[in-house]
Amino acid sequence: MTERTAQDISINSIELSVDGVRVRVAPGATVAAAVLTVDARTRTSVSGEPRAPLCGMGICFECQVGIDGVPYQRSCQILCSPGMRVTTCGEPSLP
Amino acid sequence: MTGNHDVIVIGAGIVGAACARACAARGLQTLVVDAAGVGGGATAAGMGHIVAMDDSPAQLALTRRSQQLWSAIAAELPTEVEFERRGTLWVAADEEEMQEVLRKQTVYAAAGLETEVLDARSLAEAEPNLRPGLAGALRVPSDAVLYPPAAASFLLRQAMDLDAKLLAPQRVVAAANGQVSLDDGSRLYARRIVNACGAEATRFLPELPIRKRRGHLLITDRYPGFVHHQLVELGYLKSAHSVAADSTAFNVQPRQTGQILIGSSREFDAEDSTINHALLGAMLRRAESYLPGIGRLRAIRVWTGFRAATPDKLPLIGPWPEDASLCLATGHEGLGITTSLATGELVAAEIAGVRPEIAAEPYLPARFGDGIRTDSESMLFGEAAYD
Amino acid sequence: MKKDFDILVVGAGPAGIAAAIAAAENGLRVGVVDDSPSPGGQIWRRGTQPPTAARRWNDRFEAAAVVRMMGWRVIDCLRLTPEGGILRAECNTPGVQPADLHFRHLILATGARERFLPFPGWTLPNVMGAGGLDAMVRGGLPIEGKRVVIAGTGPLLLAVAAQLTAHGASVVAICEQASLAQMAPLALALLRQPGKLLQGAKYRWATRKTPFFTRCWPAAALAEPNPGPGSENEPQPRLQAVTLHREGKQWTVACDYLACGFHLVPNTELASLLGSRIQDGFVVTDQQMRTSIPAVWCAGEPTGIGGVDASLLEGRIAGLSAAGKTEAARALSKRRPGMQAFARALERACRLDPRLRELADDQTIVCRCEDVRMAALRGRSGWRDAKLHTRCGMGPCQGRVCGGAAEFLFGWSAGHAHPPLYPARVSSLMEEAEEEAMAASSSHPAIEPE
Repeated sequence: MTERTAQDISINSIELSVDGVRVRVAPGATVAAAVLTVDARTRTSVSGEPRAPLCGMGICFECQVGIDGVPYQRSCQILCSPGMRVTTCGEPSLP
Repeated sequence: MTGNHDVIVIGAGIVGAACARACAARGLQTLVVDAAGVGGGATAAGMGHIVAMDDSPAQLALTRRSQQLWSAIAAELPTEVEFERRGTLWVAADEEEMQEVLRKQTVYAAAGLETEVLDARSLAEAEPNLRPGLAGALRVPSDAVLYPPAAASFLLRQAMDLDAKLLAPQRVVAAANGQVSLDDGSRLYARRIVNACGAEATRFLPELPIRKRRGHLLITDRYPGFVHHQLVELGYLKSAHSVAADSTAFNVQPRQTGQILIGSSREFDAEDSTINHALLGAMLRRAESYLPGIGRLRAIRVWTGFRAATPDKLPLIGPWPEDASLCLATGHEGLGITTSLATGELVAAEIAGVRPEIAAEPYLPARFGDGIRTDSESMLFGEAAYD
Repeated sequence: MKKDFDILVVGAGPAGIAAAIAAAENGLRVGVVDDSPSPGGQIWRRGTQPPTAARRWNDRFEAAAVVRMMGWRVIDCLRLTPEGGILRAECNTPGVQPADLHFRHLILATGARERFLPFPGWTLPNVMGAGGLDAMVRGGLPIEGKRVVIAGTGPLLLAVAAQLTAHGASVVAICEQASLAQMAPLALALLRQPGKLLQGAKYRWATRKTPFFTRCWPAAALAEPNPGPGSENEPQPRLQAVTLHREGKQWTVACDYLACGFHLVPNTELASLLGSRIQDGFVVTDQQMRTSIPAVWCAGEPTGIGGVDASLLEGRIAGLSAAGKTEAARALSKRRPGMQAFARALERACRLDPRLRELADDQTIVCRCEDVRMAALRGRSGWRDAKLHTRCGMGPCQGRVCGGAAEFLFGWSAGHAHPPLYPARVSSLMEEAEEEAMAASSSHPAIEPE
C-alpha cells in the first residue's frame, strides 16, 4: 500500500483511505483535497469523462465520491475523519 | 400560418402530436398550435409507461392497440426516446391478490397478450430489492417505458415530415365552428379542430366532463439495477374503493439512465402545482413498504402534473355533438402516453371518414348524452386507472 | 427532529453572521443553518490568516447565543404563513435524521456562486472556479510550486491570485475579460471606499510578478497527450496548458491549474421556492431588507452583488428589522445607497464581453451533470424546453452551473425552484412536519447552542 501526504502534515494528522490508498491529511482538510492528493479525478461523468472538483462550495456536484459505502457525497463539503473509506469514479454501490 | 387547414390540432403534447402525425399520414393538411413548447404539459409530468390496462374491455382494447402501434415504430424511435421493453410486474402482496393475478392473466390472454405468473421465489429473484414475503406477480413482458417529451417530439417531427406545421408558442383563446382565435388577435380556419389540451381542454369547452387530477412524481439519482421492471402494486385496485378521496399507490419505474421514478398519487380539486407534502410523504412511504431500501436513494426532483380525468375512466375521442367542427382527443387520465397512438389513429379515421382499426364507440364524447352538461364538480368520478 | 427559532438565518457567510448576531443580541432565539462544515461563507472560509475583520465577526458569532447548524442544507419549505413557517433541512452526514426548523421570521443570506462559462476543455480535471481553487486550497489541497492561470472576471481574480501566491503557488497569468476602460468607473466608485481600494492595491502588490491581461480569456484548456491504447494504467487526462486569447492573438501557457470564474450569480433558489419576488435575477427587498413575502428577509449577495461590506450591513439591517428594532434598522439603512452604487459599478465592470458566447464549440459540454453539449442546446426555445428535450440542468446540480451559463449564452432564465432544493434522501421527504410548534414557540425554553 502506497502512502501519500497532503500539506501541513502535523503530528495530529488524520489517516483515511482513498480507493484503498492510505492518505494522511491535516485536521480540517476536506475529503476533496484528500482525493486530489491521490488522483486528479473524483467521478466519471455520464458519458465517461473523468471529472474533478469545480466550484469548491457544494453546488456543482463534480466532487461526488462514495464515503464509507454511501454514494454521491460532495467531498468538498465534508471534512476528513480518521478511518474514512473514500471511493471515486465507481458505479454507485446500492445503499 | 393564416389561411385554411384541413385540421388544426390544439396542444402539442403527446396526444396532439400523435393526432397530427396520423392526420398528416392521411394526407390532411395539419397545423399544430401550442401555448408553450412541445410536450411541456402532462406529457412532461408523466412517467412514460406503455402499459396494457384492463379496467374495462374498452380500456384494454385501446391500450392493447396502442401497444401494438408502439411496437410497430419501436425500431424507428431515436435513442433520446429511451424506449425500453422493461415489462411490468403487477405485484401481489398476498394470496388474495394472487387470485387477481390469475384473473388478469386470463383477461390478457383473451386479448392476445402473453403474460407470465411469478411465484414468491421468482419474484424475489427478478427484483431482489422488493420486500420479502410478497406472494408473487404477473409479468407483462410487452409493456415498455419511454421518455414522453422526446417521444412527443419524435411524433411531431414525423408529422412535420408529412407537411404538418407547428405554431408555438401561441396561445389559443377560442376554438369553435371551424375557427381558432389566437391571443394576438389573429384567426385560423380549419374544417376540423382537434382539442388535445389534456386537463386544459375545458378552457374552450367548460362543459366537458373532465376534472383535473393532480399527481406527484419523484425522480432519484442514478442507481442502475435497483429495479428492473416497472413495478406496480395490485393491491391498489383493492384499496381504491373510495370514490373521490386522495390516494397513493406503489408504482416505480426504472429509467434508462439508471434513475428511478417513484409514483403515484391522485387528488382532485388541487388546481396549483405546489407539492402536497402529506400526500407526497404517503406516496413515498407506500413505495418504501414495497422497496425497503428506497428511502436511502437520493431524490433529485419532485413535481406535480395534471391528469384529465373523466367519470368513466375512458378518454373522450371523437366528434363533439354540439359543434361539428370540433373533435376531442382528451380525458386520457393517466394513460395518455400509452394511448396517444391509438387516439391519433381514431381521430384521423374520424376526420378522414374511414373505418378505424378498433371500435370508436366506447370513447365517443356523445356517450355522455345529455349528461354531458352536468356540472363537472358534482359528477361522480370513479377511481380512475393509472399513470 | 424539530427545532424552534424566533429567527432562522439561512447562510453563515458575512450577511448571515451579521444578521444572527444582531438578532441574538436582542434576546431572540436564533438559528443559523449552512451547508458548509464551518461558518464564514465563501469569503471567510476556514483557512490560514483570516482578515482581522473576519476574525472579529467570527469571534462575535462564536460568542453569540445562536444555534449553529453547520453541514445542513435546507431542502424544502413545508409551510409559510405571515406568522412564520417550517423549513426542512438535511444533514450532510449520512444517517442523521432531517430537521424541521420552525421560525417566526426567516432571513435568507444564501450568498452567491461563481458564474462558469463553457469553453473547450473546461471539464478537464484541474480546471476549477477561481473561488473554487481557492476553496480547495483552504481545504488542504497542496498548491506550493504549482503553476496556476487565473481567468474570468471580477475582483475575485486578484484576491485569489494573492491568496494562492501566499500559499506558494506560481501564478503565471491573470486574465480579466473586461477592458481597462470598462473597469475604470469601478476604481472611481472605490475612491468612496478607500479600504477596498487599499485591499486591491495590496493584492496587486502581492501578485506583482504575475502579468495581468485585460480583454483576455481562455480559448481552450488542453489535456496531457493521451498515452494511446494498450498502455496499462492509462493515466486520466488532466490539464496541461491553457490557450489564452487576447484581441485576436492566441498563445499557450503551460500550467497545472486553471482557476476560472466569471463573476458571481446570486443563490436565489430558496427565495424562488418561497415565492418571493425576484427581478433581474436578484431578490427584491425594501430598505429594511424585507422581501415581498411577510416574515421573510433577505440580505447580502442575493439582493445584489455588493461584496462583504454590503453583506455585513444588510445582514445587520435584516437582523435588527426582524428583531423588531425598526428604528435601528432604518438608521443603518441610510448607508445602503453608497453600497448599492458600488454594486452597480461592479456589475458594469464585470459585464461579459459578447465574444465570450463564441467560446464553446458544438462539442463543448454545457451541462456537466448530464453531459449536454452546445450543439444540442442551439435552437431550443427556452430553459424549460432545453431541460425537457436535452436533459440540460436535470442532474444533481439542478442547473446551478449550466443555468448561469445558459442565461448568458442564450438569455434563458431559470424557472421556479422545485423541491428538494438540493438532492436529498428520499426518506427525508417521507415524513410530515410535526405540527403546531410555532404557536407555543415563545414559551419554549431556548435551545442550547450546539
